[in-house]
Amino acid sequence: MAIRLARWPSRTTPTLGRHLALAVGAAILLLLLSSQIGAYDDYNLAEVAIFVIAVAGLNVLTGVNGQLSLGHGALMAIGAYTTSLILRGHDVPLILVLVASVASASLIGAVFGIAAARLRGPYLAGATLALAVGLPQIATRYSHVFGGEEGLTVTPPGPPDWLGADFPPERWMAWIAIAAALVTIVLLANLLQSSVGRSFKAVRDHEAAAALAGIDVARTQVHAFVVSSACAGLAGSLFAYWSGLTAPAGFGVALSLQLLSAIVIGGLGSLSGAVWGSIILVIIPALTGGLASSLSLASSVANNLPLAIYGSVLVLAMLLVPNGIDGGLRRLLVLARTRWTGAPSTHKGVVDWDDPSGG
Amino acid sequence: MNSQTNRITASMSRIAIVCAVGLLAACGETAGSSSSNTASAPGITASEIKIGSTQPLTGPAAPGYSEIAPAANAYFQYVNAHGGIFGRKITYEYLDDGYNPTNTASVTRKLVLQDKVFAVFNALGTPTHLAVVDYLNSEKVPDLFVASGCNCWNDTSKYPYTFGWQPDYTIEGKILGQYIQQNFSGKKVGYFYQNDEFGLDGVKGLDQQMAASNVSSRQNYVPTNTNVAPQIAALQASGAQVVVSYTIPAFTALALLTAAKLNYHPTWVVSNVGSDVPTLTGLLTTFSKGAVGAQLLTGMVTDIYEPPVSDASNAWIKLFKQIHDQYSSSLPWDGNVLYGMTAAYTFVQTIKAAGRNPTRSGLVKTLETTRLSGGPGLAPYGYSPNNHLGFLGVQVATIGADGSVTTAGPVYTSSDNGSISQYAGSPSTPPSSGIPS
Repeated sequence: MAIRLARWPSRTTPTLGRHLALAVGAAILLLLLSSQIGAYDDYNLAEVAIFVIAVAGLNVLTGVNGQLSLGHGALMAIGAYTTSLILRGHDVPLILVLVASVASASLIGAVFGIAAARLRGPYLAGATLALAVGLPQIATRYSHVFGGEEGLTVTPPGPPDWLGADFPPERWMAWIAIAAALVTIVLLANLLQSSVGRSFKAVRDHEAAAALAGIDVARTQVHAFVVSSACAGLAGSLFAYWSGLTAPAGFGVALSLQLLSAIVIGGLGSLSGAVWGSIILVIIPALTGGLASSLSLASSVANNLPLAIYGSVLVLAMLLVPNGIDGGLRRLLVLARTRWTGAPSTHKGVVDWDDPSGG
Repeated sequence: MNSQTNRITASMSRIAIVCAVGLLAACGETAGSSSSNTASAPGITASEIKIGSTQPLTGPAAPGYSEIAPAANAYFQYVNAHGGIFGRKITYEYLDDGYNPTNTASVTRKLVLQDKVFAVFNALGTPTHLAVVDYLNSEKVPDLFVASGCNCWNDTSKYPYTFGWQPDYTIEGKILGQYIQQNFSGKKVGYFYQNDEFGLDGVKGLDQQMAASNVSSRQNYVPTNTNVAPQIAALQASGAQVVVSYTIPAFTALALLTAAKLNYHPTWVVSNVGSDVPTLTGLLTTFSKGAVGAQLLTGMVTDIYEPPVSDASNAWIKLFKQIHDQYSSSLPWDGNVLYGMTAAYTFVQTIKAAGRNPTRSGLVKTLETTRLSGGPGLAPYGYSPNNHLGFLGVQVATIGADGSVTTAGPVYTSSDNGSISQYAGSPSTPPSSGIPS
């Protein structure tokens, strides 16, 4: 701790400025990338960006604050249904729709967070699972409002005229999603560096110790739940725009589990891990989707092959990089640094995300 | 990754060689003709017609329905092996959407944007396809023969590129309703239907024909809840002697088993969607752990728009069974396979009629203006400039003790709001090549 304090002044750039500079750099790179690739790749890029928002939010809750949620797909559904209901018969500017979706998901998240703060371990998992199972049923039960199994359609945002008539709408959607993802990441990164972020971690590591240090444990947990729900709401809203449809089948338990697997594969508790996890989530189904009809295998085998490959990748990732892709990369970095400088590593196997070099 | 890319490249070059050989053969064949094959539209090259589809290969709708696309592909392989379409081979790329509309939206964009298919063919499901019908029409991609009987596909002004195929559920309901009025007059009738577009459209048709006073009870279910005992008990309590069932196969089987358990034995009238005998026999045996099977189906009334799959003497059935045995023998021989092959036959009829070098809009125009005829369907196609429905009617049939399907009465045709009329045409026989000319 003393060493950390002594080192603090050497980081002369303020956190916000550093994060903003990184985000602008990433934005320029992604803008160039999205202009070079085809419309379908832009479409996938948008999906990655949307998942980054949801996965990063879940990672703050589960990885940073230590609350397990199996129900984040349902919180995305709240954002998506808010968007679809607002847009039904009205033409509302995108930014207002996004804000409304974030607000509604945060509200539900706060209510649920208050309940969740009283629950631990398997009870919390069970309660959030109930949310994931139960919420989509409401859409089927009140089908006159929510459109039932067929869901509600959403018109994707069209590119503005100044981009030209030939500008692919998928690229415009990708830009919107990337912008939203970068804003979310910058805000979360700053939050995690602040005293709020430190309380999140303190509560995760030892509740009693955190309480003795003057942190209101329950309130901190509710805060984390709200931040996480807001991200899920934003992702859900963009998801509705992106897919053009909000239907209960799109927000089943499978989605919640996918989000959870993304934070584990990417790296628990790290924002860059959320990016890695989201890329895996999108890219594997996109690559394996055509196998069923292109391989001359018995259809019972070929039909299930993409799912089998997806499952195998998850299992392999767990075996090869148990700390997630981000943890694996950071460990490689540490190893490389040790080899080149010859300095003995003080790394003890647990990665501290604030200072991953182990210093 | 790299080795995979290499393998794909290798297999692609193999395909290219095969295609080139095929093309040479085709050139030899048509040396006298004035025109030659050109890349006339996206997905069409001199040697290939690429079409795509979204299908429930996994997930809740996969049992049974996952056979449809491989069966259609078997017919396309048969056509390819016998010269193709103007020398072009059909490549059929069907992607899994798990019956999840969000996935449908995503994989349909893969088909259109990345794989650049000429048309989407036989995409399956009402909620799934509703997710993409706007998109396909805004991209002007022909959306042919949607595998769903929703009348939503018959909207020529909003969806000019979309065409239905199977009889719509309302027409089917009307013809079943008429049969019940004529053959079970004075009996109490109960409804059991899926609470979505499929069941509600069917009920709409039934209600046009049935006297409201005869309907003793209306019960519905949602596919996510497999306990149908309360509904069946309510039908029993209402004294319904005939139960009309607008159910998918799994729920037909559940309803039959539940009724048998309650010692309730009405006459069942089941929509074509949920009455395929091989599929039901399998489900009944599985659900009852072998206790009962096909015997529960005896006496069931249903309707058909293709020759009965069990009629081994029918020339169409002979043809498709032979193709099934040669190209897709790992699939069971049942109504789903017949459905896929019949739809594929309609596609080949259409693409041939569109001429040597078809375009997307040209294909739509061909379907609207050419009277397609001579397919395996029992009822005529309804395609015209202001009608994008497929088969216009059905024939009522009963299921015998041995599981055989026997037709009862003539083929009837109708429209959603028009009257019912008897179809005067006679059944066709397949061309000797098995490929529409």
